[in-house]
Amino acid sequence: MKSRLSILTGTAAGLALALTLGARGASAGEFDGVTVNVMTFTGPQIAEPLQRRAPDFEKLTGAKVNVITVPFSDLYQKLLTDWASGTNSIDAAVFAPQWMVDYVTPGYLEDLTSRIAADKDLQEDDVAPFFRDFSQKFGGKIYTVTLDGDFQMVYYRTDVLQKLGKQPPKTWDDYIDIAKAAQGQDMNGDGKGDYGSCISKKRNAQAYWAIISIAGSFLQSKGTKEGSFFDTKDMSPLTSNEAFRRALEIYQETTKYGPPDEINLDVGDTRKLFTSGQCALSLDWGDIGTLAIDPTESKVNDKVGAVVIPGTTKVLDRASGKLVACDANTCPYAVDGVNHAPFAAFGGWSGGVNAHAQDKVKAAAYAFFSYMSQPAQSNVDVTIGKTGFNPYRISQFKGLDQWEKAGMSEAAAKNYLGAIQDSLNNPNMVLDLRIPQNQKYEQVVLDTAIARMLAGELSIDDTMKAITDGWNEATDEIGRDSQLAAYKATLGQ
Amino acid sequence: MGRPLSEWIDRQADRLFILPAVVAILAFSIFPLLVSAYLAVSRFQLTAGGYQIRYIGWLNFKKILTGSEQFHFLGTFAPIPWFAWILPLLALLFVGRGLRLYLTTGRVTVLGAIGRAISAALIVALATLIAATCGPHGGLGTVSVTLMYVVIGVSFQFLLGLGLAMLCAQRIRGRGFFRVVFMIPLMVTPVGVAYTFRMMADMTQGPLSPLWRLLGLGDLTWASQGWSARLVVMVGDAWQWIPFIFIVLLAAIEGQSREQVEAASLDGAGFWRIFRDITWPEIAPVAATVVLIRVIEAFKIIDLPNILTNGGPGIATESLTLHSFIYWRTLDLGGSAAVAYSLLFISTVFSVSFFNFVVQPVRSARK
Repeated sequence: MKSRLSILTGTAAGLALALTLGARGASAGEFDGVTVNVMTFTGPQIAEPLQRRAPDFEKLTGAKVNVITVPFSDLYQKLLTDWASGTNSIDAAVFAPQWMVDYVTPGYLEDLTSRIAADKDLQEDDVAPFFRDFSQKFGGKIYTVTLDGDFQMVYYRTDVLQKLGKQPPKTWDDYIDIAKAAQGQDMNGDGKGDYGSCISKKRNAQAYWAIISIAGSFLQSKGTKEGSFFDTKDMSPLTSNEAFRRALEIYQETTKYGPPDEINLDVGDTRKLFTSGQCALSLDWGDIGTLAIDPTESKVNDKVGAVVIPGTTKVLDRASGKLVACDANTCPYAVDGVNHAPFAAFGGWSGGVNAHAQDKVKAAAYAFFSYMSQPAQSNVDVTIGKTGFNPYRISQFKGLDQWEKAGMSEAAAKNYLGAIQDSLNNPNMVLDLRIPQNQKYEQVVLDTAIARMLAGELSIDDTMKAITDGWNEATDEIGRDSQLAAYKATLGQ
Repeated sequence: MGRPLSEWIDRQADRLFILPAVVAILAFSIFPLLVSAYLAVSRFQLTAGGYQIRYIGWLNFKKILTGSEQFHFLGTFAPIPWFAWILPLLALLFVGRGLRLYLTTGRVTVLGAIGRAISAALIVALATLIAATCGPHGGLGTVSVTLMYVVIGVSFQFLLGLGLAMLCAQRIRGRGFFRVVFMIPLMVTPVGVAYTFRMMADMTQGPLSPLWRLLGLGDLTWASQGWSARLVVMVGDAWQWIPFIFIVLLAAIEGQSREQVEAASLDGAGFWRIFRDITWPEIAPVAATVVLIRVIEAFKIIDLPNILTNGGPGIATESLTLHSFIYWRTLDLGGSAAVAYSLLFISTVFSVSFFNFVVQPVRSARK
């Protein structure tokens, strides 16, 4: 099985190289002698496809690409330090587009608008509108090339749900109900009880997006422009009300049905647990869908279903801070009375170029990202679990062949891609925070408070207060008016 | 004319020779210290075209001492449980004894007295801080957690290191082999130690998981509980640093007068008697110094809590250095510098206190 995957990957890479040479007509040696230092996180996902394809790119253009990796929690600051101090040892980076605001404002990121407009090989029109029009842009200009499409979804074990006589979760109450029923059942045949729900909850990692995924449908019901983090009147946080309380209760309750050390598990750990058959449910990005078909690791191939993030039948009334029932006025986008608010958590790993790199290096760095994103490469990479890349091009959703070639059944591919498309096309999608220093709001204040709540250090009331006070303090330090203007701008208000 | 010049050069020679070292220290040590001092009273902000560093006075310190980050730095205060009163009482006894010894030396100076008064006040205050935050309704901040790593961790390391050194000082078979084995963790980089320990402490999927299951510890979730997580961090730290204490104490033990030990032995003195009356007085100055070095190092612990638990659960295992690092990596350079300067103050006063109240009396007693 392993050799089959290698042959598939090798063939695809060779084909991709040939196609790219033909399509782009790139002259070999165009970047002879140019070295591009690209920084991203340790991975192995995300770094893996960059490292694997760098030699192919070098053969194609002559540019040598060094992929430098750092832990996820250090990436934001490492880039800032290198660029702000004028060291400029990093020529380009693959990072979270939500950090773009902090890199663009001081002038560290190269404006890629004209390069992308002139790049036919990139096939920018094939990139889904959300990534093309929102994720890649800041202030109307394009600063990044999308390499990955990120939405959080809920994964479930089809065989386990069938055995339990349950339907895939539509609401968070359904999620809890399934997790409770599945908890302790042997789901991988090893004679030991397994877990109802596996969600990464490790502090200082990538766990803090999960609570936003849960809270989203309670907080936002009137479309993407409404926003789910702050009140657009005065920038007061939406973290001290009945809706956020209910989200915290649900998040805390999922821990009861998770692995005993769940609060110390990173996403890689929960993914391994899920693909090794030990979890009935999980909340994650698109990665589980492709990892589940990896014959080297997965024991759940063709036993995994995916759905858009569960919703709720009660939503926040912003005037009173209370939960009110969904109706045509309160939940105009509800389906069967359930308000869904899929969360574009993170926004998808994207490549940006250092504005202060040498011109030739900038050109080579852009060419590398363009090469990585071109359908010939990316349409293969998104089907391989270890890349960490998830679908973001229209062609990746249309062609089922590539998914079936990768080992996914037609039904599973339709289910997986359907869940992502349901998220992408939802008019009530929750956009991730993109105001200046958003990392402080999410990765420091939110992450710390949630971690303390899970550790039993804070009650739910104290958690809400800690987040609200912390966000208000950050807003006042940076400037309430400017933050409000930035927030409204990201929502298109 | 030639002679005065050469004489002047001769007179300046010592200064000229030391100048490169002074310049290097200024450039690499004092300069960053001054810049970080400025950062501690400033706010760093990205602006169009670059960044701005704005003076904000003591706000960064106010935030961690009395503001929104007090829980993180000092902890969450709660009524002191009855058993925790022992900490301030022990601290009072310790500093009281130290001050009494100092006052009876006959070498009391104004500066020395002020310094010791500051030390005494800080030690009692820190002990009270731990007592006021360790109760069931409280929460330890990074100051208290770091002090635990220093006081409990280093004490444990010292006792085990001393024990191992005493054992390896005996004429037993294979002691050369054990000396090398005990030294190995010291050679490993701290990050390597942390990752190795993280694997070993993984109860469910780590290489030692069959052993943990055999011992009935397979379901132990140490990372979910604050106290067990802190214990694992301290055990990991001990694993790395016991060899350092061991090797220094072994050298001190082997350097003691053999004649005295043999004579005492011939006179019928037992192991503990020999240790108490001959070995300990001999090695006490070295022991005090090695503990001082470890105390200074232990204040800077970061690798183990960062890699083992990322400072969690909650903030249960977060040290002051990790606290500062987390601020730094999220662009709060002022907050990071404020925590770092607080750490510098606490560790300096603590180390000087240890020197004044422990090392110096031990040395004086030996003379």
